[in-house]
Amino acid sequence: MIDTFTNTVLFVMLVLTALAIVRMERLFAVVMLSSVFSLLSALLFVTLDAVDVAFTEAAVGAGISTVLMLGTIALTKPEAKRPRHTAFVPLIVVCVTGAALVYGTLDMPAFGSPDAPAQTHVGPDYLSRTPIDIDVPNAVTAILGSYRGFDTLGETAVVFTAGIGVLLLLSGLRRRREDEDEEI
Amino acid sequence: MIFHHLILRVVTKLLVGTIILFALYVQFHGDFSPGGGFQAGVIMAVAFILYGIVFSLEAAKKVFPEWLVHKLSALGVLIYAGTGIVTMILGYDFLDYDAFSPLHPTHGQHWGLLIIEFGVGVTVTGVMVAIYYAFAGRPPCISDEEW
Repeated sequence: MIDTFTNTVLFVMLVLTALAIVRMERLFAVVMLSSVFSLLSALLFVTLDAVDVAFTEAAVGAGISTVLMLGTIALTKPEAKRPRHTAFVPLIVVCVTGAALVYGTLDMPAFGSPDAPAQTHVGPDYLSRTPIDIDVPNAVTAILGSYRGFDTLGETAVVFTAGIGVLLLLSGLRRRREDEDEEI
Repeated sequence: MIFHHLILRVVTKLLVGTIILFALYVQFHGDFSPGGGFQAGVIMAVAFILYGIVFSLEAAKKVFPEWLVHKLSALGVLIYAGTGIVTMILGYDFLDYDAFSPLHPTHGQHWGLLIIEFGVGVTVTGVMVAIYYAFAGRPPCISDEEW
């Protein structure tokens, strides 16, 4: 009962935030609202008992990406550009895609159902083996670090590569601008 | 200029230490509570980014120089992959942490998790701070009033 209430309130607030983001034109307010959106989704993850994901969403979505978005606004413009076309065609595309997604969920197992594929294949296996093999209370860490250590190594490499990419793009531009200034 | 945002400056000085302490807790307590290298790395980076925003980019670069940030982003991946190489040298599979304590495999797993999570945390801290430095280091195109 109270779960349904919490979920409904959070989802209504999510939708309201999204609508507000669409209607805003000041990009500063849009960035702040998307940070609020991240915090609300983090709360939803907490109600789903996915605290590790909620933690990441709160730290990355609401924290770091807000700062980086503000940094991007400082390098571009504070106002959104007025769209030149009407919103009619995009609206139809969004509605059709949304309807298709809702139609797709009809075949999915009910929320929290014990017959769901996530509860019947590797999930229970990991949960029953973790206390014997690894003996750490947080099964998420055991799966990420030990059973799927190779995946996590790949993820770390992805983070590293993303950092290198941003550095190459931004610092290269700065040097070129300095060169141009010297020529003038 | 020095008295600009006095409250923010005082509160930030108090907060930065607490944030770093919390990041270390999330990092090394990841086996027992929610969190781990990724989250801890982001929180650690937030401490330096907050310092950079409130004081100045130059002040943050004095505390955490750019060359060190770049080296750390690579060092974390090296720690992680190096752990795998060490387990291979010890005669086990790549990233099979049983190698660290063959008589008590769970102890070996604990050590392995601690080391690789540390590697992840170091890389994420380095990359996040490096990206922030890259964004904030370029001259802004809009003035303070336009916000």
